[in-house]
Amino acid sequence: MKYVDEYRDGALARDIAGRIREEVLPQKQYHFMEFCGGHTHAIFRYGIPDLLPDNLKMIHGPGCPVCVLPISRLDAAIELAVSHDVILCSYGDMLRVPGSRKRSLLKVKAEGADVRMVYSCMDALRIAAENPQREVVFFAIGFETTTPPTALVIRQARAQGLKNFSVYCNHLLTPAAISNILESPEVRDLGILPLDGFVGPAHVSTVIGSQPYHYFAEEYQKPVVIAGFEPLDMLQAILMLVRQVNQGRAEVENEFSRAVTFQGNLRARAVVADTFELRRSFEWRGLGEVPYSALRIKQEFAEFDAEKRFTVEYRSARENKACECGAILRGVKSPRDCSLFADPCTPENPLGSCMVSSEGACAAYYSYGRYRERTFATDRSHGATVKESAI
Amino acid sequence: MCLAIPVRVEVIQSPDMALVDIGGVRKSINIALVPDVVVGDYVILHVGYALNKIDPQEAQRTLQLFAEVDEVSRQQRLENNP
Repeated sequence: MKYVDEYRDGALARDIAGRIREEVLPQKQYHFMEFCGGHTHAIFRYGIPDLLPDNLKMIHGPGCPVCVLPISRLDAAIELAVSHDVILCSYGDMLRVPGSRKRSLLKVKAEGADVRMVYSCMDALRIAAENPQREVVFFAIGFETTTPPTALVIRQARAQGLKNFSVYCNHLLTPAAISNILESPEVRDLGILPLDGFVGPAHVSTVIGSQPYHYFAEEYQKPVVIAGFEPLDMLQAILMLVRQVNQGRAEVENEFSRAVTFQGNLRARAVVADTFELRRSFEWRGLGEVPYSALRIKQEFAEFDAEKRFTVEYRSARENKACECGAILRGVKSPRDCSLFADPCTPENPLGSCMVSSEGACAAYYSYGRYRERTFATDRSHGATVKESAI
Repeated sequence: MCLAIPVRVEVIQSPDMALVDIGGVRKSINIALVPDVVVGDYVILHVGYALNKIDPQEAQRTLQLFAEVDEVSRQQRLENNP
């Protein structure tokens, strides 16, 4: 595929990784956070940690909307499908996430609730038009990438005069979350590693542009490099961060200039601004309450706001006590530090949010990284070695 | 969740919709957010919507950056193994 294959050249990847190893100062430790779950997945999938020097660590940030949605919000969506008899349309990402008492959208669907997986919010609108006698709710999650499409369908529903369509809005904002990681007292109390720079999300930035990052590059003196999701993009971004740190610069650099401009997509930003407004505060799983970090539907479109249309009880939900997702989302712990990791918590049987989405740090680590640093040749308990010696 | 893919615009079907080629598969997508798109453009596709156009010159420039790194490494190999 054009614009994909040319960014996956293995020989070039080794060259860029070689430059990184050349340029890091041996006495210095480098901690870079990749905010976005897409980057986390790419880092593990392409084996990037093995290419990096020992004194350069990637910290996996909270940029995975599935992982950071609080259980109470998911419970409310499940509640809508079960008790209010609506057709609940959801992106596939949310279906298997365990809510309270291990219920998930997929389980209640199996029990008879009308939950439908959609690829696009356009499909939810079509389902509403085809079922005028039923209430249809679209379960909207995601960062700035996913928000403009939701804004467009709300406006389209109004233009079409649909009376049975509403949106349960959980859209989040990237810059607010990054600021929170850098300054919130809760996060400070919970502990966070010192960070030397950020890899900025590519697709979010196609919408918001590189502009918002300038504020905290200046304010917090942290370099930011916006990067694409292919392995060469990632490695190039890490190299650019190393150079900034070495030269004492804290600037916003754009490695994904093929689709990210300073201003982003003005049309998308305008449609979002006209449809949504800031929430004063929103709960993030693992970060707690984050001020001005999420959006809600404007009063003008109240008839399409599922939160105003239906009364759903929010009960605070208990997380599995042993689950370390919160600390992992803040980069304080690694999936291996969690006693549930790999047994019993797996992508097939996820107990915590970081294992549910393939972009969660635990799932990425489980799928691609859990055997790293284990030497099979010397592992006497490994099945393969036992079999060999029996022959 | 926020992953998107580069796709080529094949046919503009209406002001809001276009037919695109996704690695050999054809699909109708919404182009309301990129109104100036024309046939042959590559756009970033996410949940059925085009979010932005890909700038072919900038893409070339990024590939150029990689090539420079490659060249530096080649030179170093030559110096180390004359």
